[in-house]
Amino acid sequence: MLDVYTMIAELAGTLRQIAEAVTYIVPQVGVGGEIEAKPFIDLGPLMKWSLIFLFGMSTVFGFVLAFAAKKFAVKVDPRVEQVLGTLAHAHCGACGYAGCEQYAVAVVGDPNVSPSLCTPAGEKAAAKIAAITGKKAEVVEPQYARIMCQGDCNLAKTRYKYEGVADCRAAVIAGGGDKACAFGCLGYGTCAHVCPFGAIAMSATGLPVVDEGKCTGCRKCKAACPKKVIEVLPSSRRVLVTCHSKDKGPDTKKNCQIGCIACGICVKVCPFEAPKVDKNLSVIHIEKCKVCGLCVSKCPTKAISDFVPSRGKAAIDPAKCIGCSICAKVCPVDAPHGEAKKPHSINAASCIGCGICTAKCPVQAISGTFNTREVFAAAELKKAKAAEKAAEKASGAAVPSSN
Amino acid sequence: MDFGKLFELIVSSALVNNYVFTMFLGLCIFFGVSKRMETAIGMSVTFTAVMMVSAAMSWMVFKFIMVPLNIEYLMIIVFIGIVAGLVQASDTVMRKVAPDLYNKLGIYLALISTNCIILAVPLSNVGNKYNFIESLAFAFGSGTGFALALIIMASIREKLELADVPGPFKGLPMAFVITGLIALAFTGFSGLITL
Repeated sequence: MLDVYTMIAELAGTLRQIAEAVTYIVPQVGVGGEIEAKPFIDLGPLMKWSLIFLFGMSTVFGFVLAFAAKKFAVKVDPRVEQVLGTLAHAHCGACGYAGCEQYAVAVVGDPNVSPSLCTPAGEKAAAKIAAITGKKAEVVEPQYARIMCQGDCNLAKTRYKYEGVADCRAAVIAGGGDKACAFGCLGYGTCAHVCPFGAIAMSATGLPVVDEGKCTGCRKCKAACPKKVIEVLPSSRRVLVTCHSKDKGPDTKKNCQIGCIACGICVKVCPFEAPKVDKNLSVIHIEKCKVCGLCVSKCPTKAISDFVPSRGKAAIDPAKCIGCSICAKVCPVDAPHGEAKKPHSINAASCIGCGICTAKCPVQAISGTFNTREVFAAAELKKAKAAEKAAEKASGAAVPSSN
Repeated sequence: MDFGKLFELIVSSALVNNYVFTMFLGLCIFFGVSKRMETAIGMSVTFTAVMMVSAAMSWMVFKFIMVPLNIEYLMIIVFIGIVAGLVQASDTVMRKVAPDLYNKLGIYLALISTNCIILAVPLSNVGNKYNFIESLAFAFGSGTGFALALIIMASIREKLELADVPGPFKGLPMAFVITGLIALAFTGFSGLITL
């Protein structure tokens, strides 16, 4: 028993020595210290004043804070919270506002702000926001990021070997990047890094690839790219010259095998006069382009990309065809043939699957191209609307006569 | 008013006894806010303002109320109470006056009241028996030192995002290593002013 007590006493002594030693190691800066010791403490008044003081101070603070809360109150419309719940919260800036909350405040407060601006959240959110704010949701065409460069490691030359931080923004500091073409993609993956939706992946040959399913058109990649190689365009723009090189033709050809050399062949072949060559670069204009894909096969350097996933060939249903020959007139390669007023047929060998005849056929007799479903759906809608109008007119005419 | 002493106090609390790099106080806010430059600058300005007001109020409450009533032993509780009240008030005011900064700071504005520095400064003022102007100067110097620490760290951490950091060290561990290195560099200031 005595041994246990002495052991505990020794332990306590050791601990006290350690505590004293520690106070020498920790810097002494007077934090919480150096209040004079008092020889005598009067407990009664001490307790009284402590309680009064603490109670008084908390009351004073309570009043001050309540007053501040009243005076600086911020009136928050509860609809803002509801709108915030529907947004995508990617903080991308696609709506044009500094943050998601700013857009929510604007769409609730300002009658001119459209409810469909949050492109990452899609049409569902636009419909919900329209319901909350009482506005009409407009159908906004989705926008996708397009990489305007196809010069991967096999096709484009490099000027020097770059060793450094594997980021395009860092590589561009070293003399504009290691690619021979001054307008080309450097391929170090800054865009893939900043995309909040994981829509961009780097291919094995060093070029970014955009997944249209995930891309929401938020423009973060476009802002981050130091070479300005990314353009965000409406989804209907499916045939594009994926090159930004403003160098003269021979220089472009020297630097990259797949660049636009401004030869003008696309301008010549296009039946709709859509491409224009300006500053040694061909650009396809949206208003005129009918996404036929003819220039894609004619371009000598393959600089034009076709973003339509697959082009099926057109086929005419002989049962529906009325022989009006409109398809033969609009076809850029003269594939349909047939006599007037007799069912036509399409030469599958020359058909390029551009889909123009499908859209122009007045009786929707042509199918098989990439736009078949949209064209048929639009035609159904038109018929349904016409039927509705006819029914209204009929019932409207009936009512006065019954009176 | 001894300007020499005031200048000494400011330099000492900002550089020689920098609260982050020498005394290792206030680290949670330091690491939390120093990821981006705009939050770092906003936080340091707010912090210096709250620090100076709270140091002034704490000094006055201590000298004129607590000392005559012999209740100095309550000073830790009282100082924290004053700081918490001030932070809540500044939270309410900033929400109306500067909503952008308020949204950027987010939770870190309320976390100023948990920052060790904001308690250490009034306690140091009491311990070193500074008068009112000296307390204000000391608080201003601490705020400046904290601001310096935040801005240095923010500029390093923004570049750190692009660098090739080994997997286990990504984020906070590397920030700690870097803080240690900067603290090592700050020991160069010791002996600059003997206080």
